[in-house]
Amino acid sequence: MCQKAQLDGPLQLDPNRPIDGTYIFDWRLSRQGYRLNKLAYSLGTAANRDAFKQDEEAYYDRFNLTHEEKDLIRKRDFLGLIQHGTNIYMMLKLGAATGNGLYQMGAQQRGETYQEFLATRNNKSAT
Amino acid sequence: MARIVGGMGTSHVPSVGVAYDRGKLQTPEWQPLYDMFVPVKEWLARIDPTVVIIAYNDHGTDLFFDKYPTFALGAADSYPQGDEGYGPRPLPPVRGDAEFSWHLAEQLVWNEFDITVCQELGMDHGLLVPMNLCWDHRPDWPIKVVPLQINVLQHPLPTARRCWKLGQALRQAVEAYPGDERVLVIGTGGMSHQLNGERFGFMNENWDQQFLDWIEDDPERVINMTHQELMEKGGAESVELIMWLTMRGALTPKVKRIDRGYYNPMTTGIAVLTLEDA
Repeated sequence: MCQKAQLDGPLQLDPNRPIDGTYIFDWRLSRQGYRLNKLAYSLGTAANRDAFKQDEEAYYDRFNLTHEEKDLIRKRDFLGLIQHGTNIYMMLKLGAATGNGLYQMGAQQRGETYQEFLATRNNKSAT
Repeated sequence: MARIVGGMGTSHVPSVGVAYDRGKLQTPEWQPLYDMFVPVKEWLARIDPTVVIIAYNDHGTDLFFDKYPTFALGAADSYPQGDEGYGPRPLPPVRGDAEFSWHLAEQLVWNEFDITVCQELGMDHGLLVPMNLCWDHRPDWPIKVVPLQINVLQHPLPTARRCWKLGQALRQAVEAYPGDERVLVIGTGGMSHQLNGERFGFMNENWDQQFLDWIEDDPERVINMTHQELMEKGGAESVELIMWLTMRGALTPKVKRIDRGYYNPMTTGIAVLTLEDA
């Protein structure tokens, strides 16, 4: 797997140095999360947001989500969605369609309430 | 010939766009950021750029992972507002310069940068927030834009060194243009922030300040960093800082600093650094 000898420069990602609490959106996660990302990306139009809000279950089926993937969206499990390959910027559109802003999704990923999370910031008014 | 009149590195935090749209950039929580840009606007009035090349990234607004370009150059006379999930922002389309863009595309490709040329491209906060901080969109944007989109979402990303070399090639391409355009180059992104996982909210002001020192005086230090190192120091999403290198590569090896500011209220180190050829 390591092809360092064939590259002129250093490897850009080091699998031996995982960063705690971090899910680097590489080709593995992009392959795994493709269906989830495609659904989230589709929420960039008002018509699709309406369809999603009207019947989420039917909307999941348009994108052939697995049972596990559907459950992650149903539960608004944003950490789980990230772990299953949802790109953070695609997930922002899923957040927008479900009433969850970036900082709410962030607090959940940290395992904190929104208020607990805000208390860790330098100026929590600058949302 | 066209020439480069300045370079700027800055961040593109989406909440700044929301504050701009609501007229809230001079409330207490955003005043420090607004103040950072007062001298920047004075500088812009002095150097008077006619076109700005913005090295930025799309955030899943227009581009999707079905086909994901490493480098993509806008080549249109107008770029519509994209929809980031809340509907398009109340801003006019961004004004482009297709002829200048196509010239840059031709020069870059012939100079071995195999960019994707986009005749339609929807804009998002990655490009618009720097514009909001520099210019007023009323009655219309006072400057033409060439969007230069860089993949910082889906690894493998272009290396820091590659982004810097792209900036060098961009300078050659600008100077080969027969018009008398005065070109500003902006690199956006960062600074420290992480938006995914339990490490959400990670910031590192010491590293941000170090980066600002290095990009000005010793860019080779940053050029030699891997994505792994950048993400360890500044958080996973701070890898966007590689886009500043495209701006830096477009300037002379030694530069003159005009202004530098920094503010990190919530989850992202927000900076501005303005530079001119020495």
